[in-house]
Amino acid sequence: MAAINITNVSKIYAGGVEAVKSVSIDIADGEFIVLVGPSGCGKSTLLRMVAGLEAISKGTVEIGDRVINDIEPAERDIAMVFQNYALYPHMTVYNNLAYGLKNRGTPKAEIDARVAEAARMLEIEQYLSRKPRALSGGQRQRVAMGRAIVRKPAAFLFDEPLSNLDAKLRVSMRGEIKQLQKRLGTTSLYVTHDQLEAMTLADRLVVLNGGQIEQIGRPLDVYHTPASTFVASFIGSPAMNLLRGTREGTQLHFGSQVLDLGRAPAFPGQITVGMRAEDLRVATSGDQSLTMKVDYIEELGAQRLVHGTVDGKKLTASLSPEIDIGETMALTIAPERLHFFDADTGKRFGQPFANTGYDRLSAPAIKLEAAL
Amino acid sequence: MTHAPSLSATNPTPTSAGGFFRRFRSAPSEPDAAKRVQFNSPLLPYLFLAPQMAIIFIFFYWPSVQAIQSSFYLEDPFGFGSTFVGMANYTDVLKSGEYLSIARFTAVFTALVTFFSLAIGLLLAVKADGIIRGNATYKTLLIWVYAIAPPVAGLMGMMMFDQHIGPLVKVAAFFGWNMQVGLNYNDTAFAMIVVSVWKQIPYNFIFFLSGLQGIPVPVREAALMDCRSGLRRFWTVILPLLAPTAFFLLIINTTYALFDTFGVIDVMVKDKAANNPITLVYKVYMDGFRGNDLGGSSAQSVILMIIVFVLTIFQFRFIERRVHYN
Repeated sequence: MAAINITNVSKIYAGGVEAVKSVSIDIADGEFIVLVGPSGCGKSTLLRMVAGLEAISKGTVEIGDRVINDIEPAERDIAMVFQNYALYPHMTVYNNLAYGLKNRGTPKAEIDARVAEAARMLEIEQYLSRKPRALSGGQRQRVAMGRAIVRKPAAFLFDEPLSNLDAKLRVSMRGEIKQLQKRLGTTSLYVTHDQLEAMTLADRLVVLNGGQIEQIGRPLDVYHTPASTFVASFIGSPAMNLLRGTREGTQLHFGSQVLDLGRAPAFPGQITVGMRAEDLRVATSGDQSLTMKVDYIEELGAQRLVHGTVDGKKLTASLSPEIDIGETMALTIAPERLHFFDADTGKRFGQPFANTGYDRLSAPAIKLEAAL
Repeated sequence: MTHAPSLSATNPTPTSAGGFFRRFRSAPSEPDAAKRVQFNSPLLPYLFLAPQMAIIFIFFYWPSVQAIQSSFYLEDPFGFGSTFVGMANYTDVLKSGEYLSIARFTAVFTALVTFFSLAIGLLLAVKADGIIRGNATYKTLLIWVYAIAPPVAGLMGMMMFDQHIGPLVKVAAFFGWNMQVGLNYNDTAFAMIVVSVWKQIPYNFIFFLSGLQGIPVPVREAALMDCRSGLRRFWTVILPLLAPTAFFLLIINTTYALFDTFGVIDVMVKDKAANNPITLVYKVYMDGFRGNDLGGSSAQSVILMIIVFVLTIFQFRFIERRVHYN
């Protein structure tokens, strides 16, 4: 068990491509950190640098009090769970679990005890004498987890461990990983491209884009105060609606349509306005409203996603199934539920109604120094 | 001699080799009806099989039957008829001290050639697999030796070991070894083994390299995190996963050493003094076509066939059991 400090880490490939650009993350002991982002954002590269499978071009990674940049992967006191399980196909499940311990000269009795404990925790006791090919995907994933657990490492690294499983199994394994991590209290770094997985697992999540950190924060903070249009559109499903508009006085203009904010926010004319689908509601008489032309509806059971356009721009609203849907609908939103972003940089305008102007959001107690 | 080419021709790639052996073992238990092709006429599949069957029949079964038959006869050297002699050809051969010493040499030769060509091929493949920059050049350089025909390889080997101009003889002389290939029994054996191994390394290299590249990268990475020692990782993870390739190559290399080295041996010992090492297959040729003892030669080739048969059964029975197929 240990803290992990990633300081100004960069990955520069031969040819000058910079996959990770000066990323810094401080992970507390026992914390569950999820790296999330689209493919090619550098999240796996970052994880693999911590694991020792990729060389660190710049910066330092510390696990506990050791700088591990030049330490062999096997000696970093970490265990990794791979996307496609990466079990040793020629070994039985028992030997898959025991292999790492044997190589470290752990006494036989201790190996037996640890394997038995991990197998009990993961409910794979009856498969210990089988080869991996005789197991289902979910069972293989458990074995892969077991291989990490028996080592009792300072940190777990997960590289999209659930993406090869079917949807239902993914949800249940997600829960199990979370519980297991809480129970063992082992510091974990988890990579995924699935924002839902990131939201549900993370103590804090790190949103990466183009090799840089867009935002670090607790899942709900990131959801409710996204630092940029990128985060806003990446975290949350359906994605946050982002409309280009202009502010004139207290009014927001979307083409011909107008919302009055009642107060004048402290930012310039051209802005991007963000609205969560669930914050939109049907306007009653007397409300000011935006008129949406309805294109199609997705029924989710508990709610219904209504897709349409406002002034030619796409908008999605999450409405109760009891509400009747017409050809056009008048929608409204509380002004404090609106998110404002710089139209050019996509950065969030913090505190839209206080007169603090343009300040970037940062969650407390977090070192956020991606070179922006 | 005839069955060697047909054996190596059936297994062109390592994957098909694995598949080939696997199908052997699991075909009855795996009902893959979806993949089964339906023929309109029941004769059609036999028609498709006919060319291959004809080749096997004409070049393997028919000569084999003839060899077995003529091994019981004493042929007149001028073709004026033959006399039935029962097992006499076999007892003569097996009682001959010369034959037994050739058999001993063949065993040693086969073991050494198989071992060294597999070991060196594997070593080069592992090293080539680790190289990232310039590996295409490196691989091509290693592979093209395979394009050399065995007699040419033998000839080149002969030049390397030539009494007057051979560079390897000069190197040996530097270390005080008066190497006399073609005159000294052990020196000739040494040269024969070196040339045979050299000729076979590229073949093994290609198969081992493709086998290595077939090992999933994440499995190697997992091993990297589980095991510090590279050598130990190789023995415990890489080599077991290469076992199907290695087993296939073991059979192919044994066959190579027994039969396909004929060309190399021929070039090295032909027109040389008598006391030179030869292998059983060369003895078959010498007695049959040089000595015109067709009966004795046939008996030897039947014995050789039985040896290979037993060896192959042994390999499948006792070695393949330890091989893990993915």
